[in-house]
Amino acid sequence: MSPVALFGAIYVPNFILQAIGRCEPELRTQPLAIIDGQPPTYQVVALNRLAEILGVARGMTKAAVTQFVQVTIRSRCRVREEAAHAALLDVAWSITPRVEDATPDTLLIDISGLATLFGNAHAIACEIASRASTFGMNVHVAISTNVETARIVARALPGPTVVPEGEERRFLETLPVSMLSPSQELADIFDRWGVATCKALASLPVLALSECVGQEGIRLQAIASGKGAHPLLLAEPAQHFEEWFELDEAVDDLEALSFLLGRLLEQLGARLSARALSIAAVQVNFELQPAFDHAFDNSRELLRVKPSARTFFCSLELPVPTRDSKLLLKLLRLRLQSRPPDAPIQNIHMAALSSLARVTQGSLFVPTAPDPDKLELTIARIASVVGEGNIGSPQLLDSHRPDAFHMQKFSIAATDVNASRSAAKRFANNNLQNSSHHHSTAEAPAMALHVFRPPVPARVRLQGNKPVFASFQGCSGKVVQASGPWRSSGQWWEDQPWQEDAWDLEIVFSGESSARHSFSGYSNKPNIRHSERSEESLLHDNSNKREIPRRFAPRNDGQSASSHSCFYRFVYNGLQEKWFVRGVYD
Amino acid sequence: MLATSNALRLHVESALAGRVASPFRFQEPQPITASAGIAAVDQLAGGLPRGCLTEVFGGISSGITSLLHTALAARTANAEACALVDARDSFDPGCAQSAGVSLQQLLWVRCRNVDQALRSVDLLLHGGGFSLVAVDLSGAPARLVRQIPLSFWFRLRRTVENTSTILLVLSRESNAKTCASLVLRMEREAAHWSLQDRQYPSRDFHTPASLLDGWTTTAEMIRSKARRKNNVAVIGRAKTFANQDAETTRFDLRSNHFLSVDSSGSAWPLPSQHTVIPSLPAHAGEATEGSDLVGRNLSSTLAPAKTPRDTSVATQENHLENERTQNFG
Repeated sequence: MSPVALFGAIYVPNFILQAIGRCEPELRTQPLAIIDGQPPTYQVVALNRLAEILGVARGMTKAAVTQFVQVTIRSRCRVREEAAHAALLDVAWSITPRVEDATPDTLLIDISGLATLFGNAHAIACEIASRASTFGMNVHVAISTNVETARIVARALPGPTVVPEGEERRFLETLPVSMLSPSQELADIFDRWGVATCKALASLPVLALSECVGQEGIRLQAIASGKGAHPLLLAEPAQHFEEWFELDEAVDDLEALSFLLGRLLEQLGARLSARALSIAAVQVNFELQPAFDHAFDNSRELLRVKPSARTFFCSLELPVPTRDSKLLLKLLRLRLQSRPPDAPIQNIHMAALSSLARVTQGSLFVPTAPDPDKLELTIARIASVVGEGNIGSPQLLDSHRPDAFHMQKFSIAATDVNASRSAAKRFANNNLQNSSHHHSTAEAPAMALHVFRPPVPARVRLQGNKPVFASFQGCSGKVVQASGPWRSSGQWWEDQPWQEDAWDLEIVFSGESSARHSFSGYSNKPNIRHSERSEESLLHDNSNKREIPRRFAPRNDGQSASSHSCFYRFVYNGLQEKWFVRGVYD
Repeated sequence: MLATSNALRLHVESALAGRVASPFRFQEPQPITASAGIAAVDQLAGGLPRGCLTEVFGGISSGITSLLHTALAARTANAEACALVDARDSFDPGCAQSAGVSLQQLLWVRCRNVDQALRSVDLLLHGGGFSLVAVDLSGAPARLVRQIPLSFWFRLRRTVENTSTILLVLSRESNAKTCASLVLRMEREAAHWSLQDRQYPSRDFHTPASLLDGWTTTAEMIRSKARRKNNVAVIGRAKTFANQDAETTRFDLRSNHFLSVDSSGSAWPLPSQHTVIPSLPAHAGEATEGSDLVGRNLSSTLAPAKTPRDTSVATQENHLENERTQNFG
């Protein structure tokens, strides 16, 4: 005996109103009327029970509704209806993958075989209604062995309803024929015949009905008898999630905007959570308030005012997928703080790229690493302090040019898994052997270069092409040892060539007196740039200008002369014909 | 009341005699340490303590940046995530990679002033999860670093407590005072130059007269929480190196000009001090010849050896460079 097929129908009553209420839950407790149409003939197309009690009715004009002071009026929002419909689909897909997208407010689903997951048919219906309520929608759910019966019962009866097998006709007989959605011509014919209910339609003789109204009448009679059926046209599950928010008045305050963004993120998070997915990236497109584009064209031309952008795009890519809407909101806030739009925001369109949820397996011996979600937030916060391009992981460029690197996004997930595992083994071995016996390299460590960015201009006196005296930033000293020149050049075939001779110099600084040394014998032009700003100003300097304080030369603190010697890397720029200090070995 | 408590104390001590040495003395647990990457420093200080603030200070060319690179290399070799807050944007990624730092696992914060560095390190420590957070204040003006209030160092110390993070602060002077669990003072001693006796050649040959091989650095342990008995109470006092004791160590820093690691991980030998022109491996000569690092008038030279990333790009540039050499005659 084959199992009985079981179908369900999900219907959203007053869909236009619920689409608005889903985005603005506070409106549910207020008298609300939705208007639509061409201006100036706006008419009421949907209203809630509170507005109905006050006397508002469908078809009333906007002018008439405005007489009711307590009634809140909203324009019909198609994009919100699309988002509500997408959310409804996500509710259905969270139950079963076999979903037919019948109408914007009605979905048909196949729930055969779900009893082991959710229980009996009533439990399934209650589960669907419960999940829909978490999305801010109140739905009718009907379950039957006949898909058309389920659809009509869901439209007719509130709450979860289960139609037992064989009793479909009994459930339908009291319902009006209009519930079958006949065409206008057929509705008129049934009206003339006095056929008002499904019971009356089902009792008509089939042959006579076929002769009078054709196959459409036969189909409606089968539905009214509880026998109509059709195969489900399955919808393809969407991988792209979008939410819209249209504002009556433009928002220019970040706090108010954060409130709206948080609501959208929560809606997206709930939708993805229902599908067992996570957010891999968020793209927000802000539609900005128009800034008198057409009215002041001439004046703008005269004043050379740059026209404001109509849209503002903000993208957020996450190293690991997440559903934490609070984390995403903080990241968006930091992004908007560092790079705010240049006009008030009128509409918000938020899209989320979905990805499978992160599955992590903890291990005892894997070294601790920052939590990716927390790390992303930390990096965003630091980036708001130091700037976007000043934080990340350095990556050396494939070039001989000195100091050639670029900053890439730092990500824990970017590290090689195999390398991490092998390192974890080493880590475990080292720790298990003895924590006090550290593994150190046997060979001597390499000396490091403390780089000056930008390079410090210097003056160098040569003797037989060898530096013998150097001066920079007001300090000067004798070169006691020199190694070089290490000549390099490149990219002379492009716009940014470079050519330099590098020297490793050991300089013994001789104090204040040497700063007044005569530079008459120097080989190049003096090129010392002194910082005009005080050191205190650098402590709180957030500007992009990089001044060079006098800090690179050692202090004269009364120690012996030998202790003053330092190792510097000097470079002679062959294109500029100037000397610079690239850094100090430290 | 006091007599009663003393009697009770004596009673407890006598009851626990032989089992617990001093039951009323609070004994702080020894911090777990990690290698600093330099064997001499590890032997001196026992490594860098986790969950503590370690301060390393020294003058210019004292080797504190080298110590930073070795510490980063040791941590990243274990696949641990590290962060470097660079107060004056003075970190050299190329040099660090040569020292063994895995740049992929390093978060580098390039600050423009001390204020940005302090805010960044505060955020990083509160975020947590990093094995090593280094703050390089050595490039910042000493007067500004000195103005950092002591309460901030206490805040950092409290933040990093009970975590597995090593907080390493590099500066020219000691500033953290008692907040630091380990304070190391570094000072440079003798430098090592090779080829010193060689007379400087003419520019045509373009051969360096001498080579900077490295120098010897002395590390002095000024304060150590783990080794209180040998602790020197005075911070910042320069000790004469004639009085060498167990709290001072020496180690050499070598130049990385001649270091290049092949695929097997072995390093090329350093040039001998008595060799006029050190011999480079055959494949090194092939990689260097005709590249950008070669002088225009030179067919063979003692140019710095190319790192592994350099050798991969030599082919295309060799062709261009050869053409250019011919043009220059």
